[in-house]
Order: sequence, then structure tokens, then C-alpha cells
Amino acid sequence: MAVKVIKEKCVGCGACIKVCPFDAIKMVDKKAVITDKCTACGQCVQKCPVKAIEKEEGKKGGVNVDEYRGVWVFAEQRGGELLNVAIELLGEGRKIADELDTELTAVLLGHNIDDDAETCIKYGADRVLYADSELLDVYTTDGYAKVIYDLIQERKPEILLIGATNIGRDLGPRLSARVHTGLTADCTRLDVDKENRRLMMTRPAFGGNLMATILCPNHRPQMSTVRPGVMEKAKPVEGRKGIIEKFAPKLTADDIKAKVVETVKSDKPVVALEEAPIIVSGGRGLGNAEGFKLIEELAKKLGGVVGASRATVDSQWIDQPHQVGQTGKTVRPGLYIACGISGAIQHLAGMQDSKCIIAINKDPNAPIFEVADYGIVGDLYEVIPAFIEALDNVDDIMEAIKAVK
Amino acid sequence: MKIIVCLKQVPDTNEVKIDPVKGTLIREGVPSIINPDDRNALEEALKIKDKCKDTVVTVVSMGPPQADVALKEALAIGADEAILLSDRAFAGSDTWATSTAIAGAIKNIGDYDIIFCGRQAIDGDTAQVGPQIAEHLGIPQITYVEELEILDGKVRAKRALEDGYFVVESEMPVLLTAIKELNEPRYPSIKGIYKAYRENKVTVWTANDYEVDRDNLGLDGSPTEVNKSFTPPGKASEVEMLNGDAKEAARQLVVRLKERKII
Repeated sequence: MAVKVIKEKCVGCGACIKVCPFDAIKMVDKKAVITDKCTACGQCVQKCPVKAIEKEEGKKGGVNVDEYRGVWVFAEQRGGELLNVAIELLGEGRKIADELDTELTAVLLGHNIDDDAETCIKYGADRVLYADSELLDVYTTDGYAKVIYDLIQERKPEILLIGATNIGRDLGPRLSARVHTGLTADCTRLDVDKENRRLMMTRPAFGGNLMATILCPNHRPQMSTVRPGVMEKAKPVEGRKGIIEKFAPKLTADDIKAKVVETVKSDKPVVALEEAPIIVSGGRGLGNAEGFKLIEELAKKLGGVVGASRATVDSQWIDQPHQVGQTGKTVRPGLYIACGISGAIQHLAGMQDSKCIIAINKDPNAPIFEVADYGIVGDLYEVIPAFIEALDNVDDIMEAIKAVK
Repeated sequence: MKIIVCLKQVPDTNEVKIDPVKGTLIREGVPSIINPDDRNALEEALKIKDKCKDTVVTVVSMGPPQADVALKEALAIGADEAILLSDRAFAGSDTWATSTAIAGAIKNIGDYDIIFCGRQAIDGDTAQVGPQIAEHLGIPQITYVEELEILDGKVRAKRALEDGYFVVESEMPVLLTAIKELNEPRYPSIKGIYKAYRENKVTVWTANDYEVDRDNLGLDGSPTEVNKSFTPPGKASEVEMLNGDAKEAARQLVVRLKERKII
């Protein structure tokens, strides 16, 4: 597969160069030339006004995709408790399975967690493949990858969804390499091309203000990780019927090379960004770590939680659990206040579904204003204290407004 | 001990600006750096070398010819050898094809006890290539390593979870992926930089220089493909800019929020 320029048609207008997010096109003798940086994203194909650029399908290996049916969700549990992301994925998996007119299967690994199997059915699974073994009590790469790999070989699912947790992001790539299939990381949206039974996996792509839809046309299962908080949970249905296949997997202690010798739960308070109704986030515009005191003051005033951009976490102004965005948390609070955050696509991907967004930034051209409901151009060190003061006097302000009306 | 560190040259996303008119990245003048997590990987390898002197640290990268700058930097910081995998055949690789190319090169290097990778690269954020290399090589992996101890023939690592950590032990050879909590990366010395550039020890391998199935490389060897890319649809309603000085803007904001019953 490659992108080709049809030289006879190319008029050398340069529209493709401007639109290429990978800087992969140059002009040689007034004709566009595609260089090695090309990722075949197709942006130029869509843009070319004279249809001089084509995408060629290459010869690819792969499997007989028609042998693969069914949608699977990895039902991650920790300490016997199903994670929220597993339930979110069952909700999304249910929709996909319905569209493809196929079964939704939860893949549950652990020990003495029969209740979790019931929960999977309640949240939409038609079937639960429940591998019960002492060796699966705690996650290990080797144990989990072996059991799921064996199941994939035996049952041949067409789709496998995994939560993008620290564990899912360890398991997913290991499995995809073993199965020889593609894995699309951190998808923010999943659609189905019904006719070809293809999963259309959309994720923010670095290289501009861009989203990319990724396909895995010739390999199965089509694998995707989805971050916690991205998909909505389905409503549980009490008394919903499904099949629970509990089995003892073929697994011995020797199969597990990297052994977990101790599990420790952190006693630090969990930053519950995903559940917070109001989030006040600080970015590089704060200038220093001290700036988060002001953010915290505003958050406290509003009964909200403190969020942060990646740049501030990278600069160690604040701990990583506060990070919102593609590599942090995905949130959709009722109110999101972005202070001194320019709005890189990675950040927007994590917060743009918030119901109301306020952006405070010095730069009137900052991309954050494009997703905001209300924008204030100004120094956050002036605007936030004024905002806090206005919140203190909110009743007076409303009275004054009424009086004018 | 023999250690291999995989690293990637990436654009410094902290320096990236977005063109306000076109909505695309302004790439000109964006510096290339060693991916931050990979610097932690390199640092941990060098810490082991500090303790046991007969350690050899080899850095491996895949990328265009100009990625040798990242490898020279790694040599200047303290790596002993550097190999750049550079070939048109690698262009357009997804993570599966990338890990196949790198794993093949590591097999060609042959002898190793630990392979270090960064958890993920800031230009893709997939965190896939490390575990995929481990799978292709058939060795165990420990990802998200935030603390590491070398025992007799074994490693013991704290691997971070969202709500705590696991202590994991594995025999060597093993592949480890580093997160930034693991250590504080050192900087190259002036002497180191001078030496790295004078000696220019970066070896370049093409796909013909070692055994690897060409059908598994590049765009054609990648199970995934980009179907389309698009600018995210904008918000349905336009942003309302609140003007005036800070006090006036804050006042208007409070009124809007109160009217919408958000506060």
C-alpha cells in the first residue's frame, strides 16, 4: 500500500504539501514527490484538486477473515473487582456486536470471581469465557497472554477490545505480536463498516490537529485498546441471560517467567478526575509549580478537582494522576476550566466532551478557545482571583443584573 | 553484562505550535530529541554500567539517516555502541512491523541480558513496541518499571499500576520498559559530545544487513493502515469571548454560569 502521484495529472499547485501532516511531500520540477516519511494517511489524496494522487492497495499477508466471528472484551479485574473500563467496553462491545449481528463475549481471567462473570452478563455479554486458576489471581503477562492466545486460536474472534490501563497496555501488544495482528492504541471512537465487517478505530494522531481512522483489514482479531472514561457504561439489566463457560486453563507455574512476588496498593488518595463534576486544570501558562496553589483555590471554591496538562506534569509541577489528555485521563465533567492551557490535540482529546468549557489564556489564538464555550483572553493571575471574588459576590452580581433588567 | 537500549528520535512536542489558520502543526524549527522515557531507559542501563564496569551498553534506533544525531547523543551520554536501522524498506511501519525490524536486529546482535525501552514515545503514545519486541524474541517483559534491582542472574522490578505497584521478578534475558519515575537521566559531558562526534561510532544497518523477512516490514508488512485522517469536527456552537478587564470578564462569566445553572 502506498500513495502515488500521477505525474501527468499533477499541476504542481502544492495543496498536498500544505495539508500533509508528516511533511512527506516535496516539489521537484513542479511535480509533487512523496518521500519516505509518508504514512499513507491519505490526507493529500482527499485534498488534491485534480485527483493526481492515488492510494494503491498493496499485497498483504493475513488470514481468511471470514473464519473469524464474534466480539470479545477483556474483562479486567483487580483483586476480584471488575474495573469500570471493562464495563464501559462491554457497553461499547454490545453496540458493535449488535451491528455485526454476532455474539458479545467477555473474557474473564482470575480465581474465585464467579460474581464478576454474572456482572459481565448483566452489562451486556452473551457469553463469558471464565478461566479460573490460582495462577491467574494476579495479572502476569505470561499467564494472561497464554490463556487468551489459546482462546483466540480455538475460537477465532473478529474483534478484541482491551482497556488501556497499565495492565491492558502490557497485555495488548504482547498478544498482538503473538497472534500477528494489528493493535490500535487508545481509541476514542469505534465504528463498524458493516459490509466488510471492519472495525474503524479512530484515535488522535500526532502530526497536527488530526484524528486518524485506523483499519486492520487482513488480520484478525482486530484489536483495540480504549482508555478508561472514553466509552459510556451500559445500564445493567437484572436477570439478563447469558452463558458462563467456566474452565481450568492449561497453565502451569513454569509458564510464568516474570513472576509477581508482591502486590502493593497505594495509600495515596486517588485523584478521582473521571468522576469529578467540576475540573479546574492548569497548564504551562502557570509559569511554575506554585501556580497550582491558585488552581487549587479555585477548584476548592467550586467543589471541583485539580487537573493538569502534560507539560506541567512533565515539568514535575504536579503529579501524573492529575494529568488530563491522551496520555492522562479522559474526562467529561459538567464544567471544565482550562487555565493557561494552549490546547494541544493530546489535551483536547481528553476533555473536549465536557459539557461546559471555560478557557483562560493570554494567547487569543490558542486552540483551546476552539472547543471552549466561554473564553477570556488575559493573564490568569488576574482573571482567576477576579473570578474567585466574583464567585464570593455571586448573589450581589445577580441582584445587580436583575435590577438593570 | 550486555545491555541493549532501544530509543527513538521524536519531535519535541513541547515546542510544537499549531498554525492558527490551517490548524496543522508548524514543524519548522521543531527540535528533535531522544524520546523522554527512552532517556530513562538509557540512564538505568548506564547506572548498571557504573556499578559493574564490564557492562556493554548498545543503543539501537530505527529511523531516517538523520536519527543518528539521537544515537550520537546517547554515545555522548555514555553508551558504548550504537546501531541505526535505516532503510526505505522500514518506511511507514506500524508498531508490529517496527518491532519486527528491531527484534530482528537484536537477534543479529545476539548476546544480551537486558533490553531496555522507554514505556512509550511522545509522538505516538502507543506503548506497544517494547512488549512486541519481547514477544518476537520470546523473552519475558516487565513494563512501567519505576524501580529496579539486579540480583544474581535475575531482575526485581517495581512495576507501576494506577493504584499501587507489583514487585515482579524475572530471569534474564528480560525486556524492561522505563517510566520517568525510574531515575533522573544524566546529561552528556562536553568531553563526551566531543568524543562521540570525533569517533562517529554509529553503525547503520539496512534490511539487507541482517536476517529479517522483508514481507513483514514497512507499510506492506503492517497489519494496520490509516484509512483516513481528518480534522476533528469543531464544536457546534461558537465560543463566546468575554471581554473587558479581568474583573468585568469574571463578572460576566459568573453570570453565564449562574444562568446555565452550572454553579
